[in-house]
Amino acid sequence: MSSREQVLPYGRILRYQFHERLTHWISAFAYIYCMLTGLAFWSPWLFWLAILMGGGQVSRMLHPWFGVIFAGAVLYLYLMWAAQMHTTETDKAWWRSLRYYVRNEDEKMPPAGRYNGGQKLLFWGFVIFALLLLLSGAVMWFPEWIPLSLRFLLKLAILVHVSSALLTIGLFMIHIYMSVFAERGAFGSVIRGDVSREFAERYHPAWYEEVVGARATRRK
Amino acid sequence: MSQATLRVQKISAHAGSVPGQDTQRESTVCKLIDTTTCIGCKACEVACMEWNDLPFGETVFDNTYQTMPDTRWNYWNLIRFNEHETDNGLMWLMRKDQCMHCAEPGCLAACPSDGAIVQYTNGIVDFQQDKCIGCGYCITGCPFNIPKFNPETKRVFKCTLCSDRVSEGLEPACIKSCPTGCLHFGTKEDMKDLAEQRAKQLRDHSNFPKAGVYDPAGVGGTGVIYVLHDASQPEIYGGLPSNPRVPWTVKLWKGPLKWLGNAAMIGGLIGLFVHYLRFGPKTREEEFEIKHEGKQP
Repeated sequence: MSSREQVLPYGRILRYQFHERLTHWISAFAYIYCMLTGLAFWSPWLFWLAILMGGGQVSRMLHPWFGVIFAGAVLYLYLMWAAQMHTTETDKAWWRSLRYYVRNEDEKMPPAGRYNGGQKLLFWGFVIFALLLLLSGAVMWFPEWIPLSLRFLLKLAILVHVSSALLTIGLFMIHIYMSVFAERGAFGSVIRGDVSREFAERYHPAWYEEVVGARATRRK
Repeated sequence: MSQATLRVQKISAHAGSVPGQDTQRESTVCKLIDTTTCIGCKACEVACMEWNDLPFGETVFDNTYQTMPDTRWNYWNLIRFNEHETDNGLMWLMRKDQCMHCAEPGCLAACPSDGAIVQYTNGIVDFQQDKCIGCGYCITGCPFNIPKFNPETKRVFKCTLCSDRVSEGLEPACIKSCPTGCLHFGTKEDMKDLAEQRAKQLRDHSNFPKAGVYDPAGVGGTGVIYVLHDASQPEIYGGLPSNPRVPWTVKLWKGPLKWLGNAAMIGGLIGLFVHYLRFGPKTREEEFEIKHEGKQP
């Protein structure tokens, strides 16, 4: 897609194409299902979540299938976005200026591209933990197939699964907070696909330059 | 599997206290297995299947007298036949293998389903299959490899110590069927006394200087205890662990990891909420919208 097509009427800029948005939401719903049922298995105080999701047995049966859907969606996200997620010098500078970002002093931040350093961390975090969750989950799916001599694998898989899941919950909470509460307009971008020029200019100046700047040059 | 007249003292994955805990004192029950007088007749295996109405499964012949290599979801009681070489010749060690009914059950600690595993005040650890979700976590918690998964119903099964019989004042079916008197059933105290007496007899009069009682402290003692000819190496009795414990992975996951994870999740939610109160949203999308109202690019 050329940057020309990304500039929409009414000062809007296309940020996520349809297939990006769809994949994002497939992974999101699968993740949320797995998180809620997983939390039910994690703590007796949250077991009511499993009751809410159709009962303990149903949750146990569907959790791995939704896990496979999640892993598949993350794989597709990886294929779409991995090339844009390499760490650059700007990202390193972004992390060094994190305190300004936390205090909402975005004008003091180095000019981020389509993704800032934090978003790249989120992406790689989810890719790596999805892989770990898939591998450990595969071992836990069919405990009756694990012979006694390989029982330690099952024990380790549970630890890996639990730890990875907890770390993704940390990433997930920050992701929801940033996209729904902190950066107004970000949530709409993954629903309708576009953001305002101001949004792009404020949070992703280098990307804005890439999209709008190129068009300006071509018009001359 | 009947809990009509049994009082529960521990419940798996249960939020809150145990109803009726400590309201009544009940003696802990115990099965004593004297391996030195077992003749390997397998009457207990048959009695177990009969009483518990377990479906017949094919046996596996692997050049021993053992019915099959391991217990199954529908075969809870198995005599393990072991040929053990000693300086004085061959010893044929027969050990009745089944759930040990640990005082601190690893299966119950690992179970995520509320009430799927209970421990009665009489010490019996019982699976409630209607609440079992088939995750198999109990399998990782057990140091004796006892819980077995039924792939068809996706539930886990094991010896109940005939909790239905015991609750009616009867002994477990295996005890009733034993023809040599190598199996005994009673209170834990009485069984320990009896076991110690028998071990002493073996040491003093039968040339088994290492004879002793197997009641492993690592799991808080067990509701099934053995008299062994050689208590110094229980492994020779078909892999009886010398120091069984709830695996460290289960302890880590249900202990420090759980508290760390809960603290991090709750702390994270509070942190984000406070951050929002202090700094609020970065911008308001409405500010952007107003600027562009009706304006074509």
